[in-house]
Amino acid sequence: MKLFRFRGGVHPPDYKALTQEVGIERLTVPRKVRVPLVQHLGVAAQAVVKKGERVLMGQLIGERHGFVSAAVHAPVSGVVTAVESVPHVSGRSVPGIEIENDGKEEWHPEIKPVRPVTREAIIAAVQAAGIVGMGGATFPTHVKLQPPEGKKIVLLILNGAECEPFLTCDYRLMVEAAERVIRGAVYLMEALGVTRCVVGIEDNKPAAIAAMRGAAAGQSGIEVESVRTHYPQGGEKQLIYALTGREVPSGGLPMDVGCVVQNVGTAAAVADAVETGRPLIERIVTVSGDAVERPGNYVVRVGTSIGDVLAAVGVDLEKCAKVIAGGPMTGLAVGNLEVPVTKGTSGILAFTEAWVKASEPAPCVRCGRCGVACPIGLNPTMLETLAMKRDVAGLQVFHAQDCIECGCCAYICPSQRTLVQAIRYGKAQIVATRKAKRN
Amino acid sequence: MWFHPLIVMSLFGGLFGAGLAYASRKFAVKTDPRVAAVLEALPGVNCGACGYPGCAGYAEAVVSGKAAPSLCAPGGAEVTEAVCAILGVTYEATEPRVAYVMCQGAPHAQQEAQYDGVASCALAALVSEGPSACKYACVMMGDCYHACPFGAISWQTGSVPVIDEAKCTACRKCIAICPKEVIALRYRSKRVLILCHSQDKGAVARKKCAVACIACTKCVQTCPVHAIRMDGNLAVLDTGVCTQCGACVKVCPTGAIRDLRPTTNEENLARAGAGIGVAAE
Repeated sequence: MKLFRFRGGVHPPDYKALTQEVGIERLTVPRKVRVPLVQHLGVAAQAVVKKGERVLMGQLIGERHGFVSAAVHAPVSGVVTAVESVPHVSGRSVPGIEIENDGKEEWHPEIKPVRPVTREAIIAAVQAAGIVGMGGATFPTHVKLQPPEGKKIVLLILNGAECEPFLTCDYRLMVEAAERVIRGAVYLMEALGVTRCVVGIEDNKPAAIAAMRGAAAGQSGIEVESVRTHYPQGGEKQLIYALTGREVPSGGLPMDVGCVVQNVGTAAAVADAVETGRPLIERIVTVSGDAVERPGNYVVRVGTSIGDVLAAVGVDLEKCAKVIAGGPMTGLAVGNLEVPVTKGTSGILAFTEAWVKASEPAPCVRCGRCGVACPIGLNPTMLETLAMKRDVAGLQVFHAQDCIECGCCAYICPSQRTLVQAIRYGKAQIVATRKAKRN
Repeated sequence: MWFHPLIVMSLFGGLFGAGLAYASRKFAVKTDPRVAAVLEALPGVNCGACGYPGCAGYAEAVVSGKAAPSLCAPGGAEVTEAVCAILGVTYEATEPRVAYVMCQGAPHAQQEAQYDGVASCALAALVSEGPSACKYACVMMGDCYHACPFGAISWQTGSVPVIDEAKCTACRKCIAICPKEVIALRYRSKRVLILCHSQDKGAVARKKCAVACIACTKCVQTCPVHAIRMDGNLAVLDTGVCTQCGACVKVCPTGAIRDLRPTTNEENLARAGAGIGVAAE
C-alpha cells in the first residue's frame, strides 16, 4: 500500500519507555466518584437519578440529550449523594452526579450481550453504551456511525498511531488485547457497511504492529499499516492523508473524503458493548512523568478524581509542580486535583519543578519555523498577532478555525512564544462573534 | 514666434479654469456647517467610544440626527453641552458614569493554581478558567490597565485594578477587553457597591472567597428603594436608584457590599489592606 507524507510536523522525544513495558493494571476503585454529565463533545446529558437513590454499576444515570450527545452510566454501585456541579478540566463547572461507592461492584441486571448482531443493533448498542472517541476528542461514536444522506463511507480507519509523547495506553491495549480491538473493528465495519479497514500504527511500536497483524490475520478486509513516526501522525486529518492521500477540506469532516476514523480504544469499547452489553464506565489511562513513583497504564473508573489517581501511583504532591490531563503536546494543565477522570482522559502526567521549564517568551524573530512545522499549512505567528489584536476578520482570512491545536508551532518556536494559547484565544473570539451574529 | 506658446498656455489655462468653475458649481456637495462646528467642539482623540469611526464620523452622525449628543465619553458634560448648543437642542444634565471592578480579589479570594504563562488576563483565563478558585473573579493580570486610553486604571501584578473616577470617561474599553466581564459602570457619585461577580451557589462561593456574595438575599429585602435584585446567585445593585443609605452594607454577612464614600473610605482601605474600586479624588 502506498503511504503519503503529510506536510510539517515535528519529532519530539517520546518518553514512552517510562510506561510502555509495564502491563495494564486495575486501579483501586475510590469510595466516592463524581461523574460529569459532559464527557463528550456536544450537549450535556440529563440526569435521570435523584439524590439518595441506589444505583448499580452500568445503570444509566445521564440520558443522551439531542443527537450529538452521549449517555452516562454509573461507574460503581452505590448511593447517589448529590446531583450538582463538578469541576471539569476546562476549569468550568459542569453538571454531574456524585456516587458513594458501596464496594459491592454489583452490575445492573439488564446488561446483556447484543443478539443478533445486526447493523442497527450495533449502532443502538454503541449509542446505549455512551461510547465516545477515546483518543481525547470525545466525539460521540454513534454520530460517526450514522453519516448523513449523500455521504458515502468507503473506508474505516483505526487510529493506533499514538503520536503524543508519554502516552502508551493505546499501545498497551493493542499489545495485550489485539483480538478485542479487531473484533471491535469488525463490528464498526458492519455498522458502517464498509468492507475495508486500515489500522494505522506508528513504526516505533513494532510489538503492537505484530500483535495487531496476528489478530487481523483471519479477518478479510482488515490491513495493519506501519506509518512513519512523525508528530502529529495520530491527528485524524494527518492519518487519513498518510494512509489514503486524501485531504479533508477546510471546515470539512473525514466523511467528506469517505473515511471514518476511530481510535483503537473506541473499537475495544465497541467490542465490549456488543459482546457483553457493558457501557463505557472505565478506561485505560497512562500515568507518567518524573513525579510519578510507579508510572504505567491503569484501568481507571470514570469519575475517579485525578488527585486519587496520583495518590494511588505514588505522587508526592509537595514535589509535584505541574499536572497535565492528556499528553504534553495537546493536554490541558490541571488547576484543580478534584477534576475527575472522564471517558476522554488518555493520560495524566505529573512533573517536578525540574521538568517544568517556565520561560519568558522572547519577541518573534520572523524565522518562519512555525509555518514550516504547521501540519495544516497555517501561519501561526500571524494568527498569534491577529488574536492578540482581536482582529476577528483577519483571523478568519488566515483560517484560524482550521488549527488543530497540535502544538507543533509552539514546540518548534525558538523564541518560545505561546502560539497555541494565543490561537485558542483567537478561535474563541471567532466563536463568540458567530454567536453574537446569530442572536 | 516666441509668444505662441504663451498664447496657447493662456488659452488652456482659461479653458480649464472655466471648466473647474462650472464643475464646482454644478457638482457642489452641500455640507452642513454645523458638522464642522461639532467636530471643532469634540475633543479629537478619536477613541471610538461613541461607536462611530472617530470624531468626524460622530460629528456627522450627530448633525444628521442618527446619534445622541451625549455619546462622547471623554468629552463628558462640557462637550455634550457645547454640541447641544450648536444643534439648538436643550441640554439636560445627566450624571456621568465611571467603571468599577466587581471583585475584591486578593487577599480574600483563594488561588487554586499558579499560572506561569504569558501575563495576560485573556490568555490566563484560557487555562482552567484562570488561576483563582472563583471562576468569576478578576484575573488580576492587567489587560484593562493596558487597554485604558485615559490612564485611569492603576494596577499592580496580583491585585485588582483600581479605577480613578476622576479620569474614567466610561468609554467601556476595559469592559470590552475583560475576559471575566467583571467590570461594570456606576454613576460617579454612587459609591455603595456590590463588589462580587460570582454566580456560584452560596456555600461554594463562600469556600472560594471570604467576601463573596452568597445569595442570602438579605440586601434585597432590606433595601428601602428596591435598588437591589437577584440575578441568579448574585445580588445586583442599580446605582441609578440607590440612595446610599447604607442599610445593605450593614446586613451583608460577608462584606461583599462596600461603602466606599470618602468619609468611610479610609476605614475601608485600612480593613482591606488594598485600594478597592475608588481612588482618592
